[in-house]
Amino acid sequence: MSEQQNKGFVREINGPIVTIDLPGIRSGEQVRIGELGLVGEVISLAGREAVVQTYESTDGVRPGEPAEGLGWPLSVELGPGLLGEIFDGIQRPLEKIALESGDYIRRGLALPGLDREKRWEFEPNPELAPGQSIGPGTVLGTVQETETIQHRILVPPDHQGELTELAPGGEYRVEDSIAHLRDAHGHSLHLTLFHRWPVRKPRPYRQRDDGISPLITGQRVIDSFFPQLKGGKGAVPGPFGAGKTVVQQQIARWSNADIVIYVGCGERGNELVDVLESFPQLEDPYTGRKLMEKTLLVANTSNMPVVAREASVYVGLTMAEYYRDMGYDVVMLADSTSRWAEALREVSGRLGQMPVEEGYPAYLASRLAAVYERAGRVETYNAGAGSVTLIGAVSPPGGDFSEPVTSHTKDIIETFWALSKELADARHYPSIDWVTSFSGHVHAAAEWWHKEVDRHWEGRRTEALALLARDAELSRIVNLVGPEALSDAQRWQLEGASLIKEGVLQQSALDEVDTFCSPQKQFALLDLALSTYDKGMTLIEIGVPVSHLQDLPQLAKARRCKSMYTSEQVARINDLAREIDEAFESIRLEYAKQHTDD
Amino acid sequence: MSIKEYRTASEVRGGLILVRDTPGVAFGDRVRISDGRGGTRDGQVIRASNEEVMILVFEGTDDLDLEAVWVRFLDEPVEIALSPEILGRELNGLGEPRDGRPPILSHIRRPVGGSAINPAARSYPREFIQTGISTIDGLNSLVRGQKLPIFSGSGLPHNRLAAQIVRQAKLKDEDSSFSIVFAAMGVSYADAKFFRDEFASSGVLRNVVMFVNLADDPPVERLTLPRTALTAAEYLAYDLDRHVLVVMTDMTYYAEALREVATAKGDVPARKGYPGYLYSDLAEIYERCGRIHERHGSITMMPVVSMPSDDITHPIPDLTGYITEGQIVLSRELQNQGIYPPVHISPSLSRLMKDGIGKDDTREDHPKVAAQLYALYARALETRNLASIIGADELSERDRRYLKFADDFDQRFVGQGESEDRSIEATLNLAWELMSAFPRDALIRLSETEIAKYYQGDSG
Repeated sequence: MSEQQNKGFVREINGPIVTIDLPGIRSGEQVRIGELGLVGEVISLAGREAVVQTYESTDGVRPGEPAEGLGWPLSVELGPGLLGEIFDGIQRPLEKIALESGDYIRRGLALPGLDREKRWEFEPNPELAPGQSIGPGTVLGTVQETETIQHRILVPPDHQGELTELAPGGEYRVEDSIAHLRDAHGHSLHLTLFHRWPVRKPRPYRQRDDGISPLITGQRVIDSFFPQLKGGKGAVPGPFGAGKTVVQQQIARWSNADIVIYVGCGERGNELVDVLESFPQLEDPYTGRKLMEKTLLVANTSNMPVVAREASVYVGLTMAEYYRDMGYDVVMLADSTSRWAEALREVSGRLGQMPVEEGYPAYLASRLAAVYERAGRVETYNAGAGSVTLIGAVSPPGGDFSEPVTSHTKDIIETFWALSKELADARHYPSIDWVTSFSGHVHAAAEWWHKEVDRHWEGRRTEALALLARDAELSRIVNLVGPEALSDAQRWQLEGASLIKEGVLQQSALDEVDTFCSPQKQFALLDLALSTYDKGMTLIEIGVPVSHLQDLPQLAKARRCKSMYTSEQVARINDLAREIDEAFESIRLEYAKQHTDD
Repeated sequence: MSIKEYRTASEVRGGLILVRDTPGVAFGDRVRISDGRGGTRDGQVIRASNEEVMILVFEGTDDLDLEAVWVRFLDEPVEIALSPEILGRELNGLGEPRDGRPPILSHIRRPVGGSAINPAARSYPREFIQTGISTIDGLNSLVRGQKLPIFSGSGLPHNRLAAQIVRQAKLKDEDSSFSIVFAAMGVSYADAKFFRDEFASSGVLRNVVMFVNLADDPPVERLTLPRTALTAAEYLAYDLDRHVLVVMTDMTYYAEALREVATAKGDVPARKGYPGYLYSDLAEIYERCGRIHERHGSITMMPVVSMPSDDITHPIPDLTGYITEGQIVLSRELQNQGIYPPVHISPSLSRLMKDGIGKDDTREDHPKVAAQLYALYARALETRNLASIIGADELSERDRRYLKFADDFDQRFVGQGESEDRSIEATLNLAWELMSAFPRDALIRLSETEIAKYYQGDSG
């Protein structure tokens, strides 16, 4: 394809959709449009004409302005320097954009994702020598990207051949050549610290593996009730105000993943700033280092161009897969996938495609499934294990979970953390509803919990959920006829459920102590609530009136102790359990004495 | 391109004109249309190709004669002239005077479309604004740079509440007042007059710029009005270093105008006939508010959204709620009980509250007092429901306490005078007074130290 052929002109502008006359262009190819050089992507072809969706506003573009094909599809740069960065929906570094164009994003800016000037200390792989055959995933060497994360420089998935030269240790820029290989055709290729990968093409791996260990998030209702495995896919649906963003941010802050990728897809500018300002201050509870050292952000706020919003999810996923290929456990949070789906709808609407449900195109379900399928735990090409856990927020219109995006998502994911408006209105946070939420990973997670924390975990979890279900039944009766109709035992069941709700499920993201809860503390709190309930029940069975128990000051303490004791002070929670035991025991003795006196 | 006039208008429908054979017209540019009888109208290019251009006519297309129409492409975006003189003025959606005074003359002209603030250039809003209204300050605090809409319904006093906030809003311990940008879209003459009189009587008029499109003005103009108003707000905030409070009423009429034009364009409808891009379109407006690093001014926004049939799941309040940082919801039930302002706290929310309150901003007990009040009130409402079924006499003593709390809370905490300006301390003290009707052990959201310091009850 000669230079000449790859130039064309604009025919029509309809918002972000531009029709260009450019023979020889390929579907999916990147295009630069107009005098400003706005970036876009070809989404359909008909004869000489191509329909392009542009990632930037097309105000001021005229028919007849030039259009130019770039020769490659939407790709991201993968190499050291990603962590700690904040990118827009097409991997332009936002902080550098701010330096170039001020407070507002100027159109047509072309800035590479990775810093070209920064030098990295490259340590070649001592096991490699010229003459060896290398292929996808071969570790050429390492770069210490941040204090905690060692960046493995891999042979890209589409390269194979004989290593002819490996650079010695030293400082290199991302574009500097660090290795040469000769491929099967005898061509010599050079490899740099980074490579490009098209975002819509999943990165390959050797094989898919089952998940084995849970992603610990420090959030009790997630870890203890609806666990998610590393490499799993989950969704957080909820109406506005139910706390989706806080749940996602809590996972980003406290999960035990090696790498966190947070994609703000069509979300609020001010909330992204909250992430930007607070993450650099926060400490990773597992390594004690700054959280930003293992985090990267992709930000496309709701007022940024809609097409880049659609791209942002793929951009995030590709970077997630890249770190997975190095053998890391990556968690990617997409907030929100509904905005992504709406971007699809907006583009398909502009193209005049036939809508099926609520204006969404027919390919909504298949696209959604394809996105979520990029999560998983895999055996990488270099025989390591890595995973991408994908957690998507869903924003159903009117909080209606039967709408297309929520219902299609529900079919694909394994963990469903349904947020409830009623709980949020009562300021019960996280407002994850224990009735409608589910996890397909309980069994697998139980193995881990039984080995690492306590062998009663699965049993206790089941008991707690059963008590909560009983509570829902009894509450219906109470709402009809009042609490007086209940027996003492039933009222104690309500009390027990409320202990679980207030002492275990509720967890304040704003409370310094309670915001993160170690698995050990999680189990201690759950066990405290349940054993209090069990003991109380034995007293009620021998005739102790329920009001005797309800007034115990220790119950208020049991509700409050989640924020009184840190994860290091689990012993204090067990002390409280003993204290409650003793209080109950003395009630029992007193009661027995009264009855023998009678 | 030289400025040419074309007589090739080929089609007119619902606020749109199609013009043929007009090469090289830029997307988004401003257009002037002569109706052939001496009148002119303004428009904007919303689809452009060499063969055909689609123009949105702000004044509407009623009474246009295709044969007589001349179209002139001005080769510039839709812009507004800005100077400090805009304060005290009343303008229309295009920035032209409505008050009979001369047009704004200035070399500063800005396109009204705006562009996206780089998230990396924003700074996080965290300065508490005291509105003097307990349900807002105490439970759903507003901070500088936040967008907090009022969700209301027909007949509810959202305008009075908005006016009260405009009168009373100030930073704690600071007297600096806000400059007000007031954007009225599709409101009645009476509502516009209410605000005008309100601004005049409270003496803030010199600090207000009003952008007005009344119910009987052309609806298409409503599409550009909030953008024009926000361009003025950005000028006041970032050029003149002012703190700006933008009151927009009513976003529902804006969205209806958008639907009207979308239908005429033949856009694929998503929910209730609104176009699929309603979310992105609303976001373009709402997201222009905020704070920017190293700029002294700020833009705080209070849009009024009337919920059609009081339905919070209707697309307009629903999508608004997904973009704004919370919402203040008014309730017809409270209104019917004569409670002003009828703020229903359960569905109300302020997302940016957490960083604007507490020890250094309001008072150290504020976060937990808010959480505790919410929990008590949620329980109290359940009890009220129960009482309406089984009768209050059947309730246990514990439950009767909640019932009484619900009434006291509605009457004393929610209810306050239209000119009553409560300080945040007064609000928090009132909260403690109400909470002290409960025994200490019922207040589990509060810490033991806070209870020791502020609890006023005598029961254990």
